[in-house]
Amino acid sequence: MDELLSEFIAETRETLEPLASEIVAWEIAPDDRARLDSIFRFVHTVKGSCGFLDLPRLERLSHAAEGALAEVRDGTRRADRQLVSGVLAIIDRIGELVEALAASEPYPEGGDEALILALEPGHLPQQIVETAEAALPAAAPRAPARSIRLPVELLDRMMAGVSDMVLARNELSRRLREHVGNGNVDTAFERLSTCVAEMREAITRTRMQRIDGLFSALPRMVRDLSSELNKQVVLVIDGGDVELDREMIEMIRDPLTHIVRNAIDHGIELPAERLGAAKPTAGTLRVDARQSGNQILIEVADDGRGIDDERLVHKAIAAGIVTRERAAVMTRGERLELIFSAGLSTADQVTAISGRGVGMDVVRANVERIGGTVEIDTQLGRGCRLTLRVPMTLTIIPALTFSVGDELFAIPRGAIDEIVRASGGSVVVERVGSAPVARIRGERVPVVELGTLLGVASHIAPARQILVVVRASSGERYALSVDSVQDHEELVVKPAAPAIMATGVYAGTTLPDNGRPMLLINPAGVAHVAGVRAPDAAIPARSDVVEDEVETVPTLLFRAVDGATRAIRLGLVERIEDVPSSAVANVGGRLRLSHDGRILPLFGCDAIVPDKYDRVRVLLLGDGTAEIAYAIAAVIDIHALSPDCLPNAEPGPIAGVMLVDDVQVELVDCFWLFAQAGASNRSTQRPLCLLDNDDPWMRDVLRPIVEQAGYRVAYSGDASNGDASDREAAVMILSADRPSPDMRSSAPVIRLRAAAEEGAGSKGSIYRYDRRGLIAALAAAQGGR
Amino acid sequence: MDALKLIARIGDQQIAISADLVESVVEIDAITPVPLAAPHIAGLAALRSRVLTIIDTYAALEMGRSPRDGVLHAIVVTIDHHLYGLLVDEVVDVVEIPGDPDPLHAGLSRGWASAAMGIIEHDGQALLQVDPARIVAGPIAVAA
Repeated sequence: MDELLSEFIAETRETLEPLASEIVAWEIAPDDRARLDSIFRFVHTVKGSCGFLDLPRLERLSHAAEGALAEVRDGTRRADRQLVSGVLAIIDRIGELVEALAASEPYPEGGDEALILALEPGHLPQQIVETAEAALPAAAPRAPARSIRLPVELLDRMMAGVSDMVLARNELSRRLREHVGNGNVDTAFERLSTCVAEMREAITRTRMQRIDGLFSALPRMVRDLSSELNKQVVLVIDGGDVELDREMIEMIRDPLTHIVRNAIDHGIELPAERLGAAKPTAGTLRVDARQSGNQILIEVADDGRGIDDERLVHKAIAAGIVTRERAAVMTRGERLELIFSAGLSTADQVTAISGRGVGMDVVRANVERIGGTVEIDTQLGRGCRLTLRVPMTLTIIPALTFSVGDELFAIPRGAIDEIVRASGGSVVVERVGSAPVARIRGERVPVVELGTLLGVASHIAPARQILVVVRASSGERYALSVDSVQDHEELVVKPAAPAIMATGVYAGTTLPDNGRPMLLINPAGVAHVAGVRAPDAAIPARSDVVEDEVETVPTLLFRAVDGATRAIRLGLVERIEDVPSSAVANVGGRLRLSHDGRILPLFGCDAIVPDKYDRVRVLLLGDGTAEIAYAIAAVIDIHALSPDCLPNAEPGPIAGVMLVDDVQVELVDCFWLFAQAGASNRSTQRPLCLLDNDDPWMRDVLRPIVEQAGYRVAYSGDASNGDASDREAAVMILSADRPSPDMRSSAPVIRLRAAAEEGAGSKGSIYRYDRRGLIAALAAAQGGR
Repeated sequence: MDALKLIARIGDQQIAISADLVESVVEIDAITPVPLAAPHIAGLAALRSRVLTIIDTYAALEMGRSPRDGVLHAIVVTIDHHLYGLLVDEVVDVVEIPGDPDPLHAGLSRGWASAAMGIIEHDGQALLQVDPARIVAGPIAVAA
């Protein structure tokens, strides 16, 4: 609070000084509208500040002056000499009161009423002068201030000076390295370096301020305002850690205050009214700051009654701001823009909080002066959102620097989601048409090849590049492929020349320590130039991606013995091995491979083609029980591909054709291959597995798995099987909570439990969705037989 | 018109720039290219702690590209609060040439015609007085 008060004092002092000459000029020419406006704004601001600083005297004085000036603005009263003197007296009194506040001295009570009375039309001027003089205290010396106000230009000069110092230091460092080290010189240089670094840090900080400082005044203000208006308001503040140029913060302080006041005064309804509209009694006011490219966005959103653009237009017509004809052809956006016109207020009653039609025009003027914009968005009955955009010019931003070819670029760190290698374990870059797309942990992210986009020759093969996944302010998410990531740096970003900004892909220039200028990439601009889809289109697309993600299958591409490129689902490939050609023999009408004591049918060729070491490369495929071998020439790559392919008309070793990187690839039909391999086994040779007849889950879910594992399935207790099946059974599967059957067979029993974790009553059981565990148990049961 | 002029050479042409527009003349050693920018934007260079946008005057005047070998000389000007360095082949002199430039006659190439403000005489030689802002603006797209 003390801080706020001293801010107020400093601000008021600051405005009073230039105002003195304005007032004199106004006195000479009372019809001068511009002068009138600036005096009006001053008293309005003072009134506003006093409201939440709890300075009733100042508030009353400024309110009175504001009222009189408003009448002049409205044209209902002329600025005569008496009025001018009255206003002057009040402004003088405000100045004296502020000085007294600054010195923490009591100011003599009384005298205010006379000043306020003097503003009434027809009051005699002489009396004012007397009372005002009577109230004048002996001029007290100003209290020594603990802080000083500096012109920002001075800070700029200091900053430039320090930057030059850093460059000089770097130059010196290079020169020193050229000569043989001298301990004393090195130590001195080290000390100098540290000093320069500290200095730079300090100067940098002097310009930057967290927006927190601006937001910290809001809770109190909202509390006071809402209790004064008998409203309930919940304030939600976010993004206080956004750093903003000190000057910018000063410039948006007033606009933000006005917007928040307006939101509470006009936007948020009284609790009873809110209840009637089926809204929670407490309104929500959201104040949110974030960095967006090279701008800082500050949003103030309320869930109040919104702005009625019809009413706004009527008021504007009544106030003579627009003609009826013009109003008839205005778009909704243009109508809402009317709120920013001078002299227009939507409030029906003038309150002490706001509603004199000053505010929104001042807000816009102030924001535009610093190169910002104000946008308004409202829904009648739902609320209103005002967005301030101010440039981050001269802000220091944390950035990532990276290289593409010989060039270095920077990108705001805030825009970066993650950094991955293009060839990392969970990352696959594939091409859809001609556009590269990265699949990062299942999510599909468009890739923008920065080198290609900028026409810079990259030194690194695409597979070895780094993907910087960014989220642009406009919402697009994409991966920038770059050669290598250099460093994290805090950079002072300055606007680039118009011809450079015109490219759309840069946010500004910066001069890092090495003294070579660097360009800051604007992620939203790159998305736009590269044609990454707009967020509206991207949101539904994202849900598609999720579906796709479930459906894609990792697939191995290989070159077959006959030279064709084929694909096989990776899940079935157990190993890739080189086997001696002597292990392959044409036995029983087909090629078979003897491998690790087993004989496997060998597919993929009619005759083997051994390499120069007399070896054959084979894929060992398994479906859990059966194993087959498939001869290949070489492995090409692994891709995540859609499960669909263009199926072949006839069943055969090839399931169909699919498109991989614009190349037609044959997909091996493993189902057919296993069926061929299995055809040699007579079905009666397959061991019998008994399932619990009373458990529908086993019938419906488990049965196909068990069958796939190479068993025949029968159901225990099923009369149609007869006892024979029970005795014949090789293995039995029961739920963990079922009692043991009377054992007419010696078949081992596998118990399945429903819970993932093993409990007291389910010891030695297998979780029923643990397919691997089940297959292993089945294999063990068979082995033990 | 201010009398003090900086005389420099771009290609075969001697040019004069009003000296009060010129901040300094510097030697440029490294230029950071700006991909995607217009051809007459040669890139960025550092002038102490400030960033200079280097203008390829040959490209701006539609004469091809400025030579980039050896030490590059640039005339530093400020236009609309941005600092630019105009690449020139040689900085000849700074001299006082009183009088306004004579109006141009036909015969200049399109690039020169857009940048030149007029002709002034110095030592019996005709110099083109140019407006740096027009060079910085680059070739006129409208003509295309």
